[in-house]
Amino acid sequence: MASLLNKDRPPVFCPGCTHDRIAKVLATAYQHMGLKGNQIAMVSDIGCSGLFDTFFHTHAFHGLHGRALTYATGMKLARPELNMIVTMGDGGMGIGGAHFLSACRRNLDLTLFVLNNFNFGMTGGQFSATTPPDAVVGSGFLNQLERPLDVCKVAVSAGATYVTRCSAYRKDLAEEIERAIRHDGFSVIDIWGICVGRYAKKNRLTPKEIDKDLSALPPVEGVVEENQRKEYGKQYREEAKKQQEASPPRGIEPDCSPLEKTRQEIIVLGNAGQRIITAGDLLCLAGLSAGLRVTQKNEYNITVLRGPSISEVILSPEEILYTGIETPSVVIAIGQEGVNRRAQLFDRLRQETMVIRGHGVTLPQTAARTITVDFKAQSIRAPERALASLGILAKLGNAITPDMLRAALSDRFKDPVLASSLDLVNRVEYNA
Amino acid sequence: MAFSLMEGNEAIAWGAFEAGCRFYAGYPITPATTIFNTMIKLLPPAGGVCIQGEDEIASIGSCLGASMAGLKVMTATSGPGLSLYSEHISFAIGSEIPIVITVVQRLGPSTGSATRGADGDIQFMRWGNSGGLPIIALAPSDVRDCFVLTMYAFNLAEEFRCPVFLASNKEVSMTKEGLDVNAIERPQIIDRATPPADAPFLPFHVASGRSVPNFLPIGSKTLVRQTSSTHGPDGYITTDPEQIARNQARLRDKLLSAVDRFSYCEAFFEENADTLILTYGVTARAAKDAYLELRRGESPVSLLVLKTLWPVPEILIREKAKGVKRVIVLEMNDGQYVREIRRILPEKQVDFYGKMNGKLLTPPEIQEVISHG
Repeated sequence: MASLLNKDRPPVFCPGCTHDRIAKVLATAYQHMGLKGNQIAMVSDIGCSGLFDTFFHTHAFHGLHGRALTYATGMKLARPELNMIVTMGDGGMGIGGAHFLSACRRNLDLTLFVLNNFNFGMTGGQFSATTPPDAVVGSGFLNQLERPLDVCKVAVSAGATYVTRCSAYRKDLAEEIERAIRHDGFSVIDIWGICVGRYAKKNRLTPKEIDKDLSALPPVEGVVEENQRKEYGKQYREEAKKQQEASPPRGIEPDCSPLEKTRQEIIVLGNAGQRIITAGDLLCLAGLSAGLRVTQKNEYNITVLRGPSISEVILSPEEILYTGIETPSVVIAIGQEGVNRRAQLFDRLRQETMVIRGHGVTLPQTAARTITVDFKAQSIRAPERALASLGILAKLGNAITPDMLRAALSDRFKDPVLASSLDLVNRVEYNA
Repeated sequence: MAFSLMEGNEAIAWGAFEAGCRFYAGYPITPATTIFNTMIKLLPPAGGVCIQGEDEIASIGSCLGASMAGLKVMTATSGPGLSLYSEHISFAIGSEIPIVITVVQRLGPSTGSATRGADGDIQFMRWGNSGGLPIIALAPSDVRDCFVLTMYAFNLAEEFRCPVFLASNKEVSMTKEGLDVNAIERPQIIDRATPPADAPFLPFHVASGRSVPNFLPIGSKTLVRQTSSTHGPDGYITTDPEQIARNQARLRDKLLSAVDRFSYCEAFFEENADTLILTYGVTARAAKDAYLELRRGESPVSLLVLKTLWPVPEILIREKAKGVKRVIVLEMNDGQYVREIRRILPEKQVDFYGKMNGKLLTPPEIQEVISHG
């Protein structure tokens, strides 16, 4: 099998740069594995490591700084059969930290080579996430103030299943690269090397010095036993197979007769957690069951079980355009927070507007006809009051009919929720 | 005829699925999250992939990887996430990676109001990239549009190999309406063009008479190169100024010269009207109410609802504005698209009305602006 190195585009690294050596070793590993160029996708980052994809006859993808792992993730999930090789420098490691952590946690079968030469070579030797504090770099004194990142320690703690720290000058680097590629899961090799053009100009660094520095650290080599687990893509596809196919929206048959052929505008005012949006849904479904056009515009705060919750529903035999409601025909007021949010509304209400007020909810002055319902006395809990109010509307024959409400509930719920909902809308009482 | 109760975001997800989208990645953000919620139900059982990225940059990044591997892809976000998409939008433009980006706009600036609507990112979508080359943006007004325009968006992304925005708004995406999904007329599905088998493949070579390179996925038998660097037809860095200029011009012209083929709109023309209301998005709904009301009176106006916002459908706008003295542009922002209208209709009186307080423009407000300026 021929080398995948591109003879027309030989590496253009500084004479003596470690990257040059790594490129050749990588080609040896590919060759030894018997890989064809179209079985490999090389994804390269920015900086000198970002040139890697151009030296090989493989699929290639070169993008933005620190993001190489994100592209590789999409590509591998789309084409699980590809061998994904990602090259990144210590610079990409720093700017793409979140992506590195996620790749370790996911364990998608990508192989990452961190070409670690302790500085930003291409832009002028600035300090990176791995620069030692005592190094002389292009960022003034700033590297003295920060602690270098231990790539391998982070990888192991984030869950990577194969992690090696080594020198670019190690004799069996090709074999180690092959082991990393063959590993079924996320593998990372933190390869220490020498940037002759920048870093080594002001800092003494030789292959021997690298060996000395590495020997001062606990060794990290290969499979991380405690992190072993199934590869992400395989697990994804297994789980996906168990998922039920989503059924297309089936729609609701317009079997009921609408109450009246006029437009109804209903506002439900409540507190978050009172199932206000569900009540809005049910009003819409009731409308659809009678062949009406419907719109539902909701309003709530960013908080989840606190704050107002408001649903504005329009039912109409005609096309509905503007979705807001200025003068509603019905107001359901069952939570103080919703009422307070729309306090100005009540002044505008006309006599023919019906307000259903929960006992204990204070309303601003209004000309509208108000029915007060003591839900508590009927043992109707706060989250049931919006639905109970729809029961009252249906009994009153205002906006919806009992048939429409029943059709809506049957569309939305299954037993036992359906049975208890039907029971609720039947048993709720009010004094007209 | 059976109507489903559907939210705009659900319709976007279903439209994407029907258009052939098989990869979705997103990061949770109100008011776009329900697109993810629908996609996670749709894609995995169909052999597709839906993932939650560690952030917005990763989400769109993985979409670009999956798109180059041959899948139709979509991501969705709101203003704060659109800010983080920027570097990858530029990448997708310059390196011709098909992607649909749904932006469910919310009130800005910055994190602004997560649950309030706005159309405040219209110029941001156009100009939020390095290099300033054009993109495509479509704007839905209702749930039906969400479904259909998403399908169009995929077709355009495939045909032109560029990012296509769906410029939605909380008030469209999170509003529910009845929709008869089966009754919707679907466009024919378009897939990216593949190269002829008998010629050597260059990833950015453009055949004569065409404006877009043919596509082969990364992972195919033939080797494919993709790069964010300024490149020649072979996908390697180029420093040749002539080659660079030619490519930049092509990236611009492939969209600007084609917009007349996808200038989607709804137009309501009144004879003798001296005023044209021009709007888009959710505001079109209130505008149509105002238009219908005025049609009953003595001074009717015409109405143009744009569904294609970028590139600006200039020929369409000039044609629809022919014969009117005044154009009123309505927007749910402080006046963004009106800049384009003033640019292309310098001879007309172009007025603007809009607001940025999380509230919809109302039909009475619009009528007031029309009648009393």
